[in-house]
Amino acid sequence: MTGRLLEPAKAALLVFVASVLQVTIFSDVHILGGTPDLVLVTLTAIALLRGSIYGACCGFAAGFLVDTANLETLGVTSLLLTLAGYWIGRYGETTGRDRAHAPFVSVAVATILVQFGALILHYMLGDAVSARIVLLDALPPKVGLNLLLTLPVYAVVRRLFAFASQPAAATEVRLLG
Amino acid sequence: MSSRSATALRRRIVAGVLVLLSIVLITIYFREPSGGGLHSVQSAGATVLRPFEVGAQRIARPFQDAYGYLAGLIHAKSQNEELRRQIDQLSQRQIQNSTALRDIGFLKRELHYVSSPEFPKDYRPVTTDVISRPPDEFQQQIVVEAGAAEGIRRDDPVVTPDGLVGKVTEVAHNSAQVTLLTDPSISVSALDFQTGALGMTGHGQGPDTLTLDRVLKSQTLNVGDLVETQSFRFGKLTGIYPEGIVVGTITGASQRDVDLYWQAQIRPRVDFSSLRSVIVLVPKSRGGS
Repeated sequence: MTGRLLEPAKAALLVFVASVLQVTIFSDVHILGGTPDLVLVTLTAIALLRGSIYGACCGFAAGFLVDTANLETLGVTSLLLTLAGYWIGRYGETTGRDRAHAPFVSVAVATILVQFGALILHYMLGDAVSARIVLLDALPPKVGLNLLLTLPVYAVVRRLFAFASQPAAATEVRLLG
Repeated sequence: MSSRSATALRRRIVAGVLVLLSIVLITIYFREPSGGGLHSVQSAGATVLRPFEVGAQRIARPFQDAYGYLAGLIHAKSQNEELRRQIDQLSQRQIQNSTALRDIGFLKRELHYVSSPEFPKDYRPVTTDVISRPPDEFQQQIVVEAGAAEGIRRDDPVVTPDGLVGKVTEVAHNSAQVTLLTDPSISVSALDFQTGALGMTGHGQGPDTLTLDRVLKSQTLNVGDLVETQSFRFGKLTGIYPEGIVVGTITGASQRDVDLYWQAQIRPRVDFSSLRSVIVLVPKSRGGS
């Protein structure tokens, strides 16, 4: 029972910490016109390692926290990150798991799709958005920065979840031959 | 239902519910007023998150400062170059504006002079810029940006609103050489405006000084009197300078027993060292060429 609660608790803690760090520190970092998205990278790692349900739930929670802290329209980031988490989780459950390039591919594709999705959603909500700034100026450096974050974040998340799901110890030994 | 199908169904239900919940949140948040329930929840949530944000900011502050310092150093060079370029551009623009302002001042004065009663009636003004100045003190000529094409001919008088400058001595199609009043070859018939004493104005001893010569001792000269050009007509011969053009002010006058004439110095009204534009007086009698 403790083990079953430990994983969601760790995921929640990761999402919370990533969201707070994103709204306080990473949103102020502007390199070559782009801003790294720690929440998306963390979500990618969680979803790849724990599947689509974790991905969708963590995405929703992270989006809710980010929108709450930024006083933005509630649900917008949740919708984008829910879909992103679910898709990355499905990729991890099917073909991506145990492939070394999976985190990088997932982060790159998710960053691009989330950016496109955000542009469309904000446009539909009537916000003043510039496709040139979002897609041409900000997106390429954002993808690069997220890829730089991928390796350390994925390593930390994998290590945390490894402790949460220790393989069951062997109870008996059968001699072969 | 197999375990695999149940898991897939559960997965889709969870994702569908969360997507639907997000859309509901967006819809309610977008439609409700700013004091609505969801806004209140968000406000409360932001208040709860605030201490964590402050804590994170305090922890990150030294790193952010270090990052800002390094980023500032990296960008300092390019910013420096950009600012220097802007300074150069602005300086250039300021010089252009100052020059334009000064030109406007000159042109206004010239326009005022040309339309005033002081301007000689029998002449047509050709206002032109000075394009070349004397390279040393031995040459007392300037070159103006108007020539035969504007109807200018040799010996045409040249003035400014301040007074007489000299006369045209060489003419090209689009330029002309003007010999200044300070050149030894130039003499102008002049009179003391206050006393009516007649004489000849020519170059003086020092730079930018003139003398008034050939004034009989029987006539009167006073320091401070204004000296103007005096026209004359002798048969078919006429003076090349129109009457009433200011030459300068008498700064000193003396007479000795052995001299026949007064010795008088004149300070010219025109500053010959800073001429920028002049007016060439073209006689109307010459026609429109």
